[in-house]
Amino acid sequence: MKRILLVVAVVALYALHQDFWFWRTAHPLVFGFVPIGLFYQACFSVAASLLMWLLVKFAWPGHLEREIAQSESEEEGAR
Amino acid sequence: MIPAIVVFIYLAAVLYIGIFAFRRSKGKEKAEDYFLANRSLGPFVFLFSLFGTNMTAFAILGSSGHAFSNGIVTFGLMASSSGLVIPLTIFLIGTRVWALGKKYGFMTPVQMFRDRWECSHIGTVIFVVQAVLLLPYIIIGIMGGGTTLNTISGGMVPYWFGGAIVAMVVMSYVFFGGMRGTAWVNTFQTVLFLLFGAVALIVIGASMGGFRNAAQAMQASPAFSSLLTRERISPLYFFSYTFIPLSAIAFPHILIFCLTARKMNQFKKTVIFYPLCILAIWLPCVFLGVMANRATDIPQIRARQEARRVLATQGKTMSPEARDDLREKAAGDDVIMLLLQRYAPLWLAGLLGAGIMAAVMATDSQILALSTMFTEDVFAFYGGKRRFGEAVQVRTGRVFIVLITMVAYAIALRAPETIFELAIQYAFSGYAALSPLLVAALFWKGSTKWGALAATVWVALAVVAVAVFQHAVPAPAPGPPTLVWSLGGTEVLSRTPGGTAVFGFMPVVPMVLVSALLMFIVSLITSKPKQTTIAKYFSS
Repeated sequence: MKRILLVVAVVALYALHQDFWFWRTAHPLVFGFVPIGLFYQACFSVAASLLMWLLVKFAWPGHLEREIAQSESEEEGAR
Repeated sequence: MIPAIVVFIYLAAVLYIGIFAFRRSKGKEKAEDYFLANRSLGPFVFLFSLFGTNMTAFAILGSSGHAFSNGIVTFGLMASSSGLVIPLTIFLIGTRVWALGKKYGFMTPVQMFRDRWECSHIGTVIFVVQAVLLLPYIIIGIMGGGTTLNTISGGMVPYWFGGAIVAMVVMSYVFFGGMRGTAWVNTFQTVLFLLFGAVALIVIGASMGGFRNAAQAMQASPAFSSLLTRERISPLYFFSYTFIPLSAIAFPHILIFCLTARKMNQFKKTVIFYPLCILAIWLPCVFLGVMANRATDIPQIRARQEARRVLATQGKTMSPEARDDLREKAAGDDVIMLLLQRYAPLWLAGLLGAGIMAAVMATDSQILALSTMFTEDVFAFYGGKRRFGEAVQVRTGRVFIVLITMVAYAIALRAPETIFELAIQYAFSGYAALSPLLVAALFWKGSTKWGALAATVWVALAVVAVAVFQHAVPAPAPGPPTLVWSLGGTEVLSRTPGGTAVFGFMPVVPMVLVSALLMFIVSLITSKPKQTTIAKYFSS
């Protein structure tokens, strides 16, 4: 279930990149000088970082590291 | 001249770091030490050098130049989509490649493909395609170096000499320091250009009297208001760009870099902070590129705007050569440098120029990657290492570094395209279309060497086809594309002012999709590797 939710989050964020709703407008100018379309995409980058944090926390492929540790200890044992 | 002196001091510092790394090296004649820093990079160096490796002249000069002509859309096109796709591919693919490299001693992607699909010469075909596609990336760096030094010195250092200096410095520290030197220099450079964006924004903003007035004036001007929106780019083109960052993980220098981490945990910080690092560099550069349109007191910027205006109003009646000439005059790859010269104090312009040089010189990893690939995938694979030993292999790698830098420099002197176009049209699209090979090798037991060959040949042919097409059909003036082929009223193939469109998409979209499809279909009908081989990759 956790994995499905993470996949949905990745797909949803990818879809949110296509923000056609701010396509032809610069309004409002955030802080008086940042066009809304640029501000949205900057926020998107922050959201991408948060999503990566979630992936690292809940879907980290730790088994790969364990496999290597195991094969290294087997090699040392063989010596 | 002061900025140019600061930049030369910076180049000397970079050279010293590379040579210092050479002295710190414990196994100078060992391939794994020279090409992979003994798989021993710590978390800080790993994060910054991997990120720095991906940030070329393209990130600062190309982004601000593109934003100068096209507006804020540049950030969404390349930066924010990369902030999602690149760390995601590092998370999914980079970690797995690291683990396989650690387990089986791979040093290049082709070594892994050869083992995974039990092939030899097909691996060589993949090597050739990868090497040919990597060359434009190296050329970008040298071109960026020439442009930067020329602009910083106020034209005193000619373009050809600037490019030669950058090529020599990069070649020297890669030659001596190998991966360790490259990683340390990249870390130093990344810290510099992370600082660059914020400082440049503050200094230029203050000197221009704040951005509030500039943004509001642009919004009120019919000629410039569209630069604050994305109306100059179609939504399909915007969507197409999300395929481009797939190239990052397929670039051999990025994948080889993934093998240098001491522990897999080091990927965690890289994956999480990657989008924020992109934000820190691209947002100021894109914003400054757009705002450069208000700096009409700079004659060169006025000249570029005039060229853009003439191109838009009279482009249709001009010859293709005259249009290309105007397009070059309108290109804004140096606008950020011009802003610095005009609005920053001399010493600061020098420091910031050094920051730009840092981005420009990220070509080091590509040169080293090509050398690693040549010595491992060709020299060692065809018996050179067995016959002459590992020390000769490392020396061969160093000679290769000198040769490849000279070739790239010679091409950079003749290449007419702008930095941005050259990078996108060939290297990025080609590598993005090679990414299905990695996905198939790591996640699909049923993939075969014939599937990999079909996808690779397709990528090579598609890149050549796009290049030939764009050479044969001249780019139209800004406005609607030239329709070349339609089917039942649907536009299939057209020539756009910036390149090619297939069903309205950039060529990268069909290139990636067909590559994946070929990998899938051809693998289904051809024989699989032995079960013991597959078990090595899918043990759990």
